[in-house]
Amino acid sequence: LALYFHSGEREEKCIIEDVPTDTLVIGNYKVQRWDIHKQEFLESAPGLGMFVTVTTPSAEVLLSKLYGPQGTFSFTSHLSGEHIICLQSNSTRFVAFGGSKLRIHLDIRVGEHFLDESVVQAKDKVNEVNFRLEHLIEQVHHISKEQNYEREREEKFRKTSEETNSNILWWAIVQTLILISIGIWQIKSLRDFFISKKLV
Amino acid sequence: RGGSGGMRAGSGGMRGGMRAAALALLLVALRAGGTELTFELPDSDKQCFHQELERGTKFTLDYQVITGGHYDVDCFVEDPNGRTIYKETKKQYDSFPHRTEVQGVYTFCFSNEFSTFSHKTVYFDFQVGDEPPILPDMSNRVTALTQMESACVTIHEALKTVIDSQTHYRLREAQDRSRAEDLNGRVSYWSVGETLILFVVSIGQVMLLKSFFTEKRPGSGGAST
Repeated sequence: LALYFHSGEREEKCIIEDVPTDTLVIGNYKVQRWDIHKQEFLESAPGLGMFVTVTTPSAEVLLSKLYGPQGTFSFTSHLSGEHIICLQSNSTRFVAFGGSKLRIHLDIRVGEHFLDESVVQAKDKVNEVNFRLEHLIEQVHHISKEQNYEREREEKFRKTSEETNSNILWWAIVQTLILISIGIWQIKSLRDFFISKKLV
Repeated sequence: RGGSGGMRAGSGGMRGGMRAAALALLLVALRAGGTELTFELPDSDKQCFHQELERGTKFTLDYQVITGGHYDVDCFVEDPNGRTIYKETKKQYDSFPHRTEVQGVYTFCFSNEFSTFSHKTVYFDFQVGDEPPILPDMSNRVTALTQMESACVTIHEALKTVIDSQTHYRLREAQDRSRAEDLNGRVSYWSVGETLILFVVSIGQVMLLKSFFTEKRPGSGGAST
């Protein structure tokens, strides 16, 4: 697990994943806590866990579980769209102590399983190729799903643009008509007014 | 870097072991690791990411702002000695390749501190990859299965390129759609507002003008025409 970032003890950090429907998303994380006495991050902190919450684009919660200091979580999307993955530690310590932070290592894979080279190497030749081919098929399916999703979104985009276009056109016509009719009304109204006041 | 190809228990004695080792080396070298994440950066906030890298590793940082404000963000990259190797302000998207000279923890940060009320959605892709080492001479020992293996690896890398390209287009489309929706909203609100102002102003004008002539004694006739 390579990439990491820092977070406050009770802070919730969220990652957004825009995925098509029926897509498997796998996340791998490791969390370490800063030890004030040793002035370094502990390799493993007992009792430290992370709440992982996954929210779908329609704001329903897909996954909400407590995992240990190191773990793997996965979910399959039912809807296409932006899913929000949030991580929050279960620490009950008071934040007032200050100087306490967490180091979170994170890796998220969309549409395909992690390909662990050491696992692949351990299999015999035929199974290894079989395994690799299955992984490739998974990848290709994911590409195909992404393309379908892209088609959906492009259609939505095009609809929005066309709506904007017709909006502008329609409002321009309406406003011009209003302008003309109000102009006529103004002049008529004033003329009648001045005539009635015997000024003209 | 995690997940390096291990040495396979030799089936077929020493020769098999050597071949396996060579192939494992090749596979590790071609396999580039990397992380891509999309996150929301609140206004006046900064978010940093760190990664431990070996010396002489080539990495590329691609980032793009998808939604929010003027679709721009500050970004800087620091090496383990704290020296800034890349710094840009208010960029919409950029790609930064670099070969590391020092071993240690590299930091890259995205800052939205210049913005007071627009939070941004930022996508970044941090790819770490080595160049393949000088390949051992395998040509005289390749069997059909080994060729299939390397074909699989090649296809895998090619598909990764396809996925990268797809992601690039997806992000541009997301950004354009975000702008189009903003535009649509603005056009609707402003049109309604403008129509109301039109009515208010024109009727108000007439009322005001009429009121100039009705305060005084009726029929004063003092106004010039």
